[in-house]
Formats: sequence, C-alpha cells, structure tokens
Amino acid sequence: MLVSIIHRALGVGMALVGAPLLTWWLAAAATGGETYATFLDVFTTEAGALNVIGYVIFIGLSWAVLQHMMSGIRHLVLDTGAGYELRRNKRGALLTMVLSALLTVLFWAYLLGIK
Amino acid sequence: MGTGTSIGRVRGLGAAKEGTHHWWRQRLTAGLNIALMSWLLLSLARLSGYDLASVRLWIGSPWVAIPLALLVANVFYHFRLGLQVVIEDYQHDETRVVLMVLLNVYTVVLAATAIFSVLRIAFTGAPR
Repeated sequence: MLVSIIHRALGVGMALVGAPLLTWWLAAAATGGETYATFLDVFTTEAGALNVIGYVIFIGLSWAVLQHMMSGIRHLVLDTGAGYELRRNKRGALLTMVLSALLTVLFWAYLLGIK
Repeated sequence: MGTGTSIGRVRGLGAAKEGTHHWWRQRLTAGLNIALMSWLLLSLARLSGYDLASVRLWIGSPWVAIPLALLVANVFYHFRLGLQVVIEDYQHDETRVVLMVLLNVYTVVLAATAIFSVLRIAFTGAPR
C-alpha cells in the first residue's frame, strides 16, 4: 500500500522536477557559456563540489529513480499474477525500499569516493 | 455501434474504451526504462567530470547521443502515460480535459527541447 503510493508520488515528482531538470541540463550543455555556468552555479560551490541544493536535489532524484525502478519491477512481477499472498506481498514491498536505499548509498559512495 | 452481441462489443475494451493499449505501452516503456535508466546512472557515475567540456565530449559520441535521445523519448512517454492515469483517477469533467491537453503540451515541449539539445551537441561536434 505505502510502496504503491510512493511509486505514484515519485512518478509525478520525477515528471514535474526530474524531467525539467534533465532538459535544463541538456539544453544548458547545448547552449554552453553562461547558460551552463548558471546551471552549475545553482547546484555547486565555487570549488566545484555540490552545494546543499545540489545534494538535496540529486540524492533525492537518484533515490526517486531507484525506488520507482524497484517498485516498478515489483509491479511487473505482480502483473503476472504472482506474489499476492499477504506475507510475500509485504516482503516484496519492503525489499523495494531496502534495495533502493542500498543502491542509492552505493551510487553516492562511488561518486564521492572515487572522485 | 456494431451488430454483435452486447458482450461482444465491450469485451476487452474496459472503461477507457481502448482495451489494453495504454496498459501495454506503459509496461513496454517501463521495461525499456529499466535498461535505459540503468545505463544513464552508470554513465553519470563514471563520467570524468561535469564541466561543459566533459559533458559535451560525452554527449558528442554517437554511443551516448543515440541512447540518450531514445531515453528521453521513452522516459517522457512513460511519464505521460503515468500522469494520464493520475489525472483520470483524481480529475473529472472539464478539468480532466484541460489537464490532459496541458500534460501533452508539457511532455512534447520538454521532449523536443531535450532531444534537440542532444542532437545539437552531437552534430556540432567537439566542445568549443
């Protein structure tokens, strides 16, 4: 139930925040110069690291993508008619949250650790 | 309406009158999204830098520009289908029609801008 609501909320959120952000990034990169500098300036410090807005937005967005992907895979499994027994269903829902959290941590550990 | 029996006329159509068309396209785009978004997350993590030169060099390769353009088309189409369901669930009458038109305009304008940007980088070559 909760995971299903989160799936929908994150879908709407990514459509209204993530998609414009991706488009802004691509358009800024295509335009170059000050337009791209403005984009970087919003999310990074002068030293080049992410600022608070950058961390909140991009950690949030990466988690949103991964959680929506995990609960989406769960929905594809449920579409086959499998996994509706109460205990299995609940375990699957919890698993999506565990996996998305784990993958988000791994993603950021790699990003911040290697570079 | 056709001349068949009443059950024959509605079988497989459901409340939206278009059968499983929307449902199936949502699942197809979902499956493709798993591959495309996994590729994007891995690529972004492995990108050498996020400055203009690095990003343009990255998108300038056809091995990036093509999947990136396909990703925009697939992801944006997927969210258009998803938000349609949200609108249908919570909005009725005129509001529903207005929001559906706005959703279509929003999706197409964003997708066109994003894909044009990818192509512009791909076709104008190395960073200036």
